[in-house]
Amino acid sequence: MSFLSYLINGLSLGSVYAIIALGYTMVYGIAKMLNFAHGDVIMIGCYVVFTLMSQYGVHPGISILAAILICTCLGVVIEKIAYKPLRGANSLAVLITAIGVSYFLQNLALLIFGADTKSFTSVVNMPPLHLAGGKLTISAVTIVTVLSCIVIMIALMLFIRKTRAGQAMLAVSEDRDAAQLMGVNVNGTISLTFAIGSGLAAIAGILLCSAYPTLSPYTGAMPGIKAFTAAVFGGIGSIPGAFVGGLVLGIIEILGRAYISSQLSDAIVFAVLILVLLIKPTGLLGKPIQEKV
Amino acid sequence: MKKLLSMALALVLAVGCLTACGGGSGDKGGSSDTFRIGGIGPATGAAAIYGNAVKYGTQIAVDEINEAGGLNGYQIEYDFQDDVHDAEKSVNAYNTLKDWGMDMLVGTVTTAPCLAVADKTVQDNMFTITPSASSPDVLMGDNVFQVCFTDPNQGSKSAEYISENKLATKVGIIYDSSDVYSDGIRAKFVETAKSLNLEVVSEAAFTADSKTDFQTQLKQAQDAGADLVFLPIYYTEASIILKQANDMGYAPKFFGVDGMDGILTVENFDTSLAEGVMLLTPFAADSEDEAVKSFVTKYQEAYKEIPNQFAADAYDAVYAIKAAAEKAEITPEMTYSEISDAMKAAMVEINIKGLTGGDEGLKWEATGEVNKQPKAVIIQGGKYVSME
Repeated sequence: MSFLSYLINGLSLGSVYAIIALGYTMVYGIAKMLNFAHGDVIMIGCYVVFTLMSQYGVHPGISILAAILICTCLGVVIEKIAYKPLRGANSLAVLITAIGVSYFLQNLALLIFGADTKSFTSVVNMPPLHLAGGKLTISAVTIVTVLSCIVIMIALMLFIRKTRAGQAMLAVSEDRDAAQLMGVNVNGTISLTFAIGSGLAAIAGILLCSAYPTLSPYTGAMPGIKAFTAAVFGGIGSIPGAFVGGLVLGIIEILGRAYISSQLSDAIVFAVLILVLLIKPTGLLGKPIQEKV
Repeated sequence: MKKLLSMALALVLAVGCLTACGGGSGDKGGSSDTFRIGGIGPATGAAAIYGNAVKYGTQIAVDEINEAGGLNGYQIEYDFQDDVHDAEKSVNAYNTLKDWGMDMLVGTVTTAPCLAVADKTVQDNMFTITPSASSPDVLMGDNVFQVCFTDPNQGSKSAEYISENKLATKVGIIYDSSDVYSDGIRAKFVETAKSLNLEVVSEAAFTADSKTDFQTQLKQAQDAGADLVFLPIYYTEASIILKQANDMGYAPKFFGVDGMDGILTVENFDTSLAEGVMLLTPFAADSEDEAVKSFVTKYQEAYKEIPNQFAADAYDAVYAIKAAAEKAEITPEMTYSEISDAMKAAMVEINIKGLTGGDEGLKWEATGEVNKQPKAVIIQGGKYVSME
């Protein structure tokens, strides 16, 4: 029974990683850049919900919508100001800029909200589910997190397969120059990618803080790095890959903590990552890279 | 001619410098009709809550003593320097205070800067009493004394308290293995628990990189059948643990140490979750003791908040100085080194009641370590209430 309970905790943590990883992987797949500020967009989303809900007493649903909206705009603005001027520059310059944006957001939050940790009120107010005569307890946040993750993944896949904007994204990710020649609005498509990724970051942040109720300007940093690992694990650029990578990473982390060592859980996660990359360099579901001549 | 002049000038400067350096050691820079007590601690930055508490607590004690006629008939001057919880700034602050003519130091507040400053005070033989730096490592010379418990001491006292009051038979521990404070308390707790036949059924660690999810650690404690969970950690993590235990439907007793002090002030924290949490702290602001009541009233009037244990420890530090100074019959004419020699002989002989001493009061070992009884408080109705 303990094993099942650990597994469920792992699924819950993994689902949060997966939603964050989806944002990483989409941006990487389409804009070919690592958006290290992604984790901090999560943190901003949490602060928006915290401020609205706990300080102004706004309904959770409206707070969530506001957070998604603000994060979406933030994502687009960051892309326009920080990344777009560097579209032609080498990838190292963009990477450093992303790290700069990350520090900027953290310090902005420090200035506005202060350094002290705040206790986040869960947006899910339902009683936990008791199974097997009370031996197994599944919290409502866990159920909501896992369901949201699945819904988001399916919706994203449908969006990319079935809509024109989605097809444009695919085209840009395959070959940016050719797509432009075929009349695809590349800048618009990249902006849309950032908008969706940042909106997802808001959702991920709210679920993260609901499950692990603490909020500080550094809340997004560690989950951001773990989710990036998950994206690489599953094959960066692949949407099902981010999903699988996130879940596997979450489960390994929790089971490692429970059965091997609670101090080494992070080390175990990264050891598994190295192993996977040695055997399958493009990640679990990544496409083999073909060098174009 | 010009060359000769500049040579002469250089010579004058060099001699001037030498005399200045020579005069520095042990000579009094300040006046000889007042005692000058210095304080160092973080008044700004992330640890400001501790530094300000010490600053205010010291101020109240100094004002009281001055009103009552001073220290051996001399008034006390008090200057507190901000170190932003930074070792280098702390040493600078110490030098500033020495230039001012400091006779004794109440500080520093936090452990890491205290290690750097104590190194200096031992070299200089400056009498030092830290209200709150809790590592045993700060007691590096016979002129350094501590008012708070050392980390290992908190561990053994907690185990003794749990065992004596039969709070539990099976204990689980959740601790931060990446923090010396937490790990130090845990190690001593486990050692003491063994000798008291208190069964430690689970020890689950977390690290600074993964301190937001404690469901696994809680589940381990629950599966091991722990009816009390010992939390030698800070209040931020403890607030998450209480929330997650509640979500899991696991309701053991929770027992913390001084790092838990502050849990009721976490913004937006549902304090009903902390109901029934016990913690070992040397000071309870709600105590019926007359001295505590008067201190809390004065503190609230002056600074608009309820004093924590850091303020109380600082208050006791000043009264320890007073008791030792009277015994040693020191005067401001003495150099700080002479004061220090007289004070450290007197410190081991005094026994003051203090705010944090309980019934038996505070006594000091020659090593600088304090001997006092901890108080256990329990959180009831969103407030700390003494358990006696």
